[in-house]
Amino acid sequence: MDNILEVSGLRKRYKGFALKDVSFAVPRGTIMGLIGPNGAGKTTVVKLIMNLIRRQAGRVEVFGLDNLRHEPEVKSRIGFVYDTPCFPPDISLLRIKSALAPFYPAWNENLFRRLLEEFELPAKKKFKALSHGMKMKFALALALAHEAELVLMDEPTAGLDPVFRQELLGKLSGLIQDERKSVLFSSHITTDLEKIADHITFIHEGAVVFSSAKDEILESWGLVKAGSRDIEVSDIPGLKGYRTGAFGLEALTSDVAAARRRLGPKAVYDRASLEDIMYFISKGNGHA
Amino acid sequence: MKIIISNASPDPIYEQIVRQVKSQIINGELEEGAALPSIRKLAQELQISVITTKRAYDELEREGFIDTVGGKGTFVAVQNKELLREKKMKLVEEKLAAAVAEARLLGIGHKALREMMRLLYEEEE
Repeated sequence: MDNILEVSGLRKRYKGFALKDVSFAVPRGTIMGLIGPNGAGKTTVVKLIMNLIRRQAGRVEVFGLDNLRHEPEVKSRIGFVYDTPCFPPDISLLRIKSALAPFYPAWNENLFRRLLEEFELPAKKKFKALSHGMKMKFALALALAHEAELVLMDEPTAGLDPVFRQELLGKLSGLIQDERKSVLFSSHITTDLEKIADHITFIHEGAVVFSSAKDEILESWGLVKAGSRDIEVSDIPGLKGYRTGAFGLEALTSDVAAARRRLGPKAVYDRASLEDIMYFISKGNGHA
Repeated sequence: MKIIISNASPDPIYEQIVRQVKSQIINGELEEGAALPSIRKLAQELQISVITTKRAYDELEREGFIDTVGGKGTFVAVQNKELLREKKMKLVEEKLAAAVAEARLLGIGHKALREMMRLLYEEEE
């Protein structure tokens, strides 16, 4: 499988925050979730891919092209959906579309009309009259209608109701029925990604903790639970974080099979969700 | 084809798919040569990762249950009759084992069980 997006050694420093050598790749025909707690650097990564802010080091290649040197071409093939879509408030959806469509060589008017209908978007209404969910749908319709090969979304599901979140996820898995297309979406709502994502890249404090196939992570990582006196935290192989409470100890390991071999019946072993992983890595190193 | 994924099951999703497809092939619900959905279609339908469905199909192919014909799709493999019979025998054995275990719990003896089976056989005829 070749990669539709390759990010390597990305660096960006702000006051009090730094992106440290972020590298990952999105294969064609797959959905990647970019997860991490608020402030981890997800949006910074997305903005660097779109060249909305200047990088200090590193490379971004989209469709095998450098995103700075080939910026117009790269952008015309990306469908970008920002967490709060921004269009002129006093203009109707149809007029926004007419203003934008000429920028995209692959614009598909029929597809756009179909999506308007499917998403029940009021074409003649002004942008500002739309609810947040409707604005997201409109941004998504624009992104899909220019036949984007890479759909890039920053927190698309934040603030959406479950009905539309499901609809959106369905659309995304529909998109990769075409195996040349891919989706990269950042989210802190991990349950969305737990379902459909093929790969997960987890960022914490500006650095990549892991970037691998979701199934691999969910199969090898796990939770170890035991009475506080039954095991020593330091005995847990692959320890990634833990918390202790009045009644026991709960720890995250990247190798639950090894933990089971070493500790046997002294502990209980559970599957770890992406949310557990996010919690323990960012918070779990002491008391609950 | 019918596939039901349980998130509460301790088995990984790809294994659940493998098991269900296999049993449908063995019991004849999926016939030789029947077309299976593509890995992408199946992933979309089940709302799971394409990597998971691909892994399930790879496993089924390795065990000889399905064939992927490049450019055409994935089909239930033409089964080696002997092999299929063996697999079905195994299925019968498993079910009998379950019946025996149940009978033991109730204290039904070997003889009574055989008598039950004889009656069942005669009913069929």
